[in-house]
Amino acid sequence: MSETKVFGMTPTWRRDVHTHYCPGCTHGVAHRLVCEAIDELGIRDEAIGIAPVGCAVLIHQYMDLDFIEAAHGRAPAVAYGIKAVRPDKIVFTYQGDGDLASIGMGEIVHAVNRAWPLTVVFINNAIYGMTGGQMAPTTLLGQKATTCLSGRTAEANGYPVRMCELLATLEGPAYIERVALSKPQHILKAKAAIKKAFENQVNNKGFSFIEVLSTCPTNWGLRPVEACQWLEENMIPYYPLGVFKDFE
Amino acid sequence: MAKVLMKGTEAIAEAAIQAGCRYFYGYPITPQNEIPEHMSTRLPQIGGVYLQSESEVASINMLMGGAATGYRVMTTSSSPGISLMAEGMSYLAMGELPCVIVNISRAGPGLGGILPAQGDYFQATRNAGHGDYRILVLAPDTLQEAVDLVQDAFDLSQKYRTPVMLLADGFMGQMMEAVEIQERTIEEPKANAEWALGWRKERGGKRAVIYNLKLAPNDLEQRVGELQKKYEVIRQNEQRCERYRVDDAELVAVAYGTTSRMVRTAVDQLREEGLKVGMLRPISLWPYPVKHFSLPSSVRALLDVEMSSEFQMLEDVKLATECRLPVATCARWGGNAPSVSEIENKCRDLLNSSR
Ligand SMILES: Cc1ncc(C[n+]2csc(CCOP(=O)(O)OP(=O)(O)O)c2C)c(N)n1
Ligand code: SF4
Repeated sequence: MSETKVFGMTPTWRRDVHTHYCPGCTHGVAHRLVCEAIDELGIRDEAIGIAPVGCAVLIHQYMDLDFIEAAHGRAPAVAYGIKAVRPDKIVFTYQGDGDLASIGMGEIVHAVNRAWPLTVVFINNAIYGMTGGQMAPTTLLGQKATTCLSGRTAEANGYPVRMCELLATLEGPAYIERVALSKPQHILKAKAAIKKAFENQVNNKGFSFIEVLSTCPTNWGLRPVEACQWLEENMIPYYPLGVFKDFE
Repeated sequence: MAKVLMKGTEAIAEAAIQAGCRYFYGYPITPQNEIPEHMSTRLPQIGGVYLQSESEVASINMLMGGAATGYRVMTTSSSPGISLMAEGMSYLAMGELPCVIVNISRAGPGLGGILPAQGDYFQATRNAGHGDYRILVLAPDTLQEAVDLVQDAFDLSQKYRTPVMLLADGFMGQMMEAVEIQERTIEEPKANAEWALGWRKERGGKRAVIYNLKLAPNDLEQRVGELQKKYEVIRQNEQRCERYRVDDAELVAVAYGTTSRMVRTAVDQLREEGLKVGMLRPISLWPYPVKHFSLPSSVRALLDVEMSSEFQMLEDVKLATECRLPVATCARWGGNAPSVSEIENKCRDLLNSSR
């Protein structure tokens, strides 16, 4: 593995670590945005992260924060367990779409509905990344995956789940927004949204949920740049970007 | 606290509070509902939090979050709910997170019934969840012992950084007895600042990570080896058992929890008839109190008494005695308990046939 030297990164990003993410995967971009938000708000000593089961299970290797690894899908329950004891801490989960929208659907719906001040960063890459490209609840119709080789059909598997829209029907949450990481303009918006999602918690303003459309070049079978294009052309039309709920 | 008449579930809840538990996560299920009910009223009065989960899957994972902060935390449930906690218990053991789990057990399998049973012995002592781990399991036979043990459970969980289960069947939960609850002084959570989440400043800016994943086989082998060493220490130091009238006994009944109450009465009455019967009552079900199974040479047979059709404790009785003695069985299940006269008849038959 090549030697990594990192210059000028935000302090929460741990120095001299080499991420395990595939080339072109936008998990790394999402991580950086989380780190920047935490540093800009000056909450590194207060933040407690909950790692998912999925490609981001090793997130704690890259962020200099207190962390706990949750079981698959259960990060929101762990977050509540912590926040019940330490309401003074800034508690967040970072979860993939298999983790949050499939096995953890029960936990996330109740977590959002209970609406304590917590922050969730939800990475939607329309696939199960870590296990090798199986169909996720967010896999698009027609999209190929290792468990639907000729593409997802609604007849067999229903329609892809739109989490922001679903959760926005609940009274509880303070802030729900969907962002993307496929081009710089989107990344800037994603940054602002993630920061606001943490800021809300700092100000005790309820539950914030940010869905981040992210790439999985490896399991989509695309080059990094093609993956960003595919996201733009296929994911954004079905998963529109924007604010779905905002207490302000 | 003075001696008061209390229902089992409420006594267990109050004992947990007096042992320093301020955070409770729970989901309704009979016959343990009075515990979350009691916690939901009491905890907010004393600066604690009752958090009602959406399922037992959530309860155990909330418990994991709470435990990771280093504070004393608890969840309670009954058999089907404990099944749902299996994965979480494995994670708690791997993360070495101190916490207390109470099972007020009922009759299964499946939805089964809501009456007491001891069919969760395997689940409790053989690990509900996956992988190489152990949790301590304590089984009381009176409410006084239940309150003492739930408090010990907190201390043990902290001492060994491990989940501890109190296994008390529905009789224990639903009956009333006089109990005296001690108020315990606790050293955590400050003492846990070294490893727990949320103490970064106290650690001088050093972060804490609670791990579960170890991908490299050598790392995982070492990690699990550390756990195994801890379990060995627990095996050596934490075996608990009551030996009742065994010193000159010819027949020794083995029973835990509620069943031992019937056995105790049977032993006393048979003794009055001049029959030499005694009882071994395991209090720690894991570690099983093997050390306490050294029996006088007068003993000719054992009788395993349970509320379990599969005689789930029988294996442990045979292992503890290395199959040196014949072991007979006496059991009821489905919400029924063996009656004193059933146990007595069985004992008389055994003594007659072994003469
Ligand atoms: C209970 C349980 N079921 C299944 C798995 C296997 N598993 C590991 S990661 C994963 C999928 C993760 O996919 P996703 O949440 O979409 O995250 P990504 O890897 O794409 O970032 C699954 C199913 C597991 N670890 N635990
Ligand atoms: S498998 Fe996909 S999601 Fe996982 S690191 Fe690789 S590109 Fe990223």
